[in-house]
Amino acid sequence: MSEPPASPRDASVGEIFFAFLLIGATSFGGGAVAYLRSSLVAKHGWLDDKEFVEMLSISQTLPGLNATNMAVLMGDRLHGVRGSIAAICGMCLPGALVMIATGILYRRHGDRPAGTAMLHGVAAAAVGLVLATTVQLGRRSFRHVVDLVFVALTVVAVNLFHLSVPVALLGVGALAILWYRPQ
Amino acid sequence: MNQLPALIGVFAYLSLLTMGGGMAAFPELRILTVDVHHWLTFPQLIHLYSVGQMAPGPNMMMVASIGEWVAGVPGAVAVLLAFFLPTALLTFGVGRLWIRLATWPWRASIQQGLAPVSIGLILAGSISLAEGALTGWLAVAIAAAVFVVLLLSRVNPALLVLCGALVSLFAFSPR
Repeated sequence: MSEPPASPRDASVGEIFFAFLLIGATSFGGGAVAYLRSSLVAKHGWLDDKEFVEMLSISQTLPGLNATNMAVLMGDRLHGVRGSIAAICGMCLPGALVMIATGILYRRHGDRPAGTAMLHGVAAAAVGLVLATTVQLGRRSFRHVVDLVFVALTVVAVNLFHLSVPVALLGVGALAILWYRPQ
Repeated sequence: MNQLPALIGVFAYLSLLTMGGGMAAFPELRILTVDVHHWLTFPQLIHLYSVGQMAPGPNMMMVASIGEWVAGVPGAVAVLLAFFLPTALLTFGVGRLWIRLATWPWRASIQQGLAPVSIGLILAGSISLAEGALTGWLAVAIAAAVFVVLLLSRVNPALLVLCGALVSLFAFSPR
């Protein structure tokens, strides 16, 4: 007799924590969503692709990082509130420890000439990285030319007129939602 | 002076601005931590954010560094809770509601309308980061190289950030 496919409730809180801890410790370079898919959908079979895409669309619409929003939704789906807590804690723990240690090292040694030289390059590379991420996200989600107008309005509001992010978000966001209002 | 309440207030507020990604909150992160509270300088913020791109996991774990910086390990814990709990609760609640809203016509409108705005917010954050990080021709060249390589290939971004560090080390190191 063959094993039945794993059903969602088969994931215990401990299994969820360790699955997300592994992703939190190995997802270098910000692509945590891809790691989540290969672990939870492909490796464990806890979710199918349809559920995954649905959760990703919720994660992208709400505030919060995609990676942690996905952890909350997947954890809830697999084991309710305790699953959510296990997932987000596992996901964040390794990076948090690394960055606390990094902050302490930076404060003590960040002003050494070699450190300063490297940090110049790291910051420059980070600019290239965030711009590339923006373009990749844009390529995936643009439907109409008017989307470019909403992007431009948001950028002008924040960078040129120095409106605070919530004002830009509520203003341009309301405009865009009304533009796409149900017919 | 006890900075914990201020840390919690600032990062709980920033948490709700991260539409589409952590970068969306960057302009406000800069104003609040650098100009308002003087917890660190703008170059320090850029360094921590950038180094944070090489750390594993969600790409905003550098908020823990700021918390530790201001108020030690309790500060780091307070900041992490303040930054991740509000959006976690929101996502948890909306996630359960969302399925029931499947037939609500405004759901698609909200999704379609907020997508370009969140791209705009991430772009605004990137520009804000670039203002502080692109200090010379070498920096512009490194940023452009990383941008092009990432769009044309599937190299791990963390490796490229490391390459940027090494290139800059050789260019700037005293001989």
